[in-house]
Amino acid sequence: MNRGYTRADSALGFSALPGTAGRAVRLVVYTLIVFVFAGPLVAVMVGSVSRVPDPSGLSLIPTDFTLENFSAAIERDVLLYLLNSFVVVGGGLALQILVSISAAYALARKKFPGMRLVLLLILSTMMLPEEILAIPLSLVLSDVPVVHVNLIGSLVGMIVPVGAWGFSILVMAEFMKEIPMELEEAARIDGAGDLRIFWSIVLPLCKPALGVIAIFGFTMIWDQYMLPLLVAQDASQFTLPLALRTLRHDEQVGTGALLAAALLAMLPSVLMFLAMQRQFVKGLTAGGVKG
Amino acid sequence: MTTAAAPPAHQPSQAPPRIGASRPTSRFTRNLRGHTVAWLFLTPALVLFLVFKFIPMIRGIEMSFHDVRPYLGDRWVGVDNYVRVLTDEAFLSAINHTVILAVGQTVGSIALGFVLALLLEGTVRHLWFIRTAVFLPAIVTMAVITEVWRILYYPSADGVVNGIIGWFGAGPSQFLNSPDTSLMSVMAVGIWRGAPYDMMIIIAGLAGVDRTLYEAADVDGATTRQRLWHVTLPALRPVFAILLTLAAIRGLRVFTEIFLLTNGGPNGSTEVLMTLVYKLGLERSELGVAAAGSVVLLVATVILTVAVQVWRARSVAKGAGR
Repeated sequence: MNRGYTRADSALGFSALPGTAGRAVRLVVYTLIVFVFAGPLVAVMVGSVSRVPDPSGLSLIPTDFTLENFSAAIERDVLLYLLNSFVVVGGGLALQILVSISAAYALARKKFPGMRLVLLLILSTMMLPEEILAIPLSLVLSDVPVVHVNLIGSLVGMIVPVGAWGFSILVMAEFMKEIPMELEEAARIDGAGDLRIFWSIVLPLCKPALGVIAIFGFTMIWDQYMLPLLVAQDASQFTLPLALRTLRHDEQVGTGALLAAALLAMLPSVLMFLAMQRQFVKGLTAGGVKG
Repeated sequence: MTTAAAPPAHQPSQAPPRIGASRPTSRFTRNLRGHTVAWLFLTPALVLFLVFKFIPMIRGIEMSFHDVRPYLGDRWVGVDNYVRVLTDEAFLSAINHTVILAVGQTVGSIALGFVLALLLEGTVRHLWFIRTAVFLPAIVTMAVITEVWRILYYPSADGVVNGIIGWFGAGPSQFLNSPDTSLMSVMAVGIWRGAPYDMMIIIAGLAGVDRTLYEAADVDGATTRQRLWHVTLPALRPVFAILLTLAAIRGLRVFTEIFLLTNGGPNGSTEVLMTLVYKLGLERSELGVAAAGSVVLLVATVILTVAVQVWRARSVAKGAGR
């Protein structure tokens, strides 16, 4: 059993399997893993630029290169859906970041009575999945309390509810706590007010955390399905994920238009992830492991 | 009070004027101002939470005890809606499917995530590349995932998955189209998307395992299995507790996958609580019953979260007592 030499840097001591046999086994295992998890998504990219004959057709090897799928998808208003998606994610993210940094500032830099209660409320919202609240939420959206506007059928209805997100507030607050209080006190002695301190001292130091909440907020809003489904009244308000369902059966180009639209729907979050991977993984573990 | 009476006359007059103390502010007003500022900064978040989380929650609970009739006014029906949710055939089978799916996906993705984490743990560059590729399903929009899998599951012999299992002499299967295989097919998609996420978090946990314990285990002649069982798994316990909560909640509220893959079909074989609630509430306008269904889910979620927290607190206490 014991080879007398097992590397101690991983649980399996795997990286030290000696000889070419172990190496070959590992190569096969890794290929299989990548094929299973990334294969289907690569097939979407390949399929979107291939002439895809029928709904069963997906392949990892490009056949018969064409851009027809994209023009077919554009004919079916995919650009409008993409625009809707960008408006929702842009507006939602901007609102979410503003709301998070402001709430985090209060939670991390101030002491006030009721703070524990506020923290508890924020934590409890993280236990309230939007799906479970869907039915009453649709009623609230159709007649927002106090202001009495109807947000059903307008993109605003998809933007405002994602504005406050417990996760990004808490991640931001954790980060803000690390900034030394002395900096703030020095500024206060120089006569800076709270807004000034918030804007020109605390925020610039929060750039890494801003990156984290931006990626997570982006992925979260881009992946929203129930909310747009409740709010959209007709196709002109569809976001791209909603529109995919209507593109399923396209007689003209088989599955082609669907794959082209699917590529557009997955590309933004994939690119975002690839570009900011390090921060993403850091945030993932901060939220997941520490908890 | 007695000390304050003694030398009050000297101090203020003798002390030099301090910088920043030009305005006479008592500690009380300073505190008050600080608190007001804090609450002002919190206002946007609290207002949004109130309007889009807490009011819907309260309204949902209220609706669950009423026969909700738009324009006619709600009528109090007590627990009738709950009785219906907990006795109605359709609801019972939906609850059943929800639990099967939640348990299957949770256990499946944590187990697969653990295996992947063991295989892909390490700092070598090519491992980092493989991890990135494997993680893709976790970040791609669910709507895309489901459309891809509908194609992969194409239920004839020339479908992709059928082609692959055909090499091993199995199939062709109907997958989503047959009541016998539909729930398992949906579960497989959930595991496929959940495992990479769990993998990432477990890898982060593995990085925190004390390396000297591995060395010590080696010196003692432990096999790989003993090393996993006695060193790695205990160290990962808090990670598993968190994953369990997250995944179970994810499983209970499952909606999008089902809605897009099967919409509850064929023949109700994949109907879960959320798809049923959605249909009742938005297609058949039985808002009261739908709300009761949601509240049942909400209660289940809360119980689950609290139970895992208690279990965690207890195992932490046990660990500390040793």
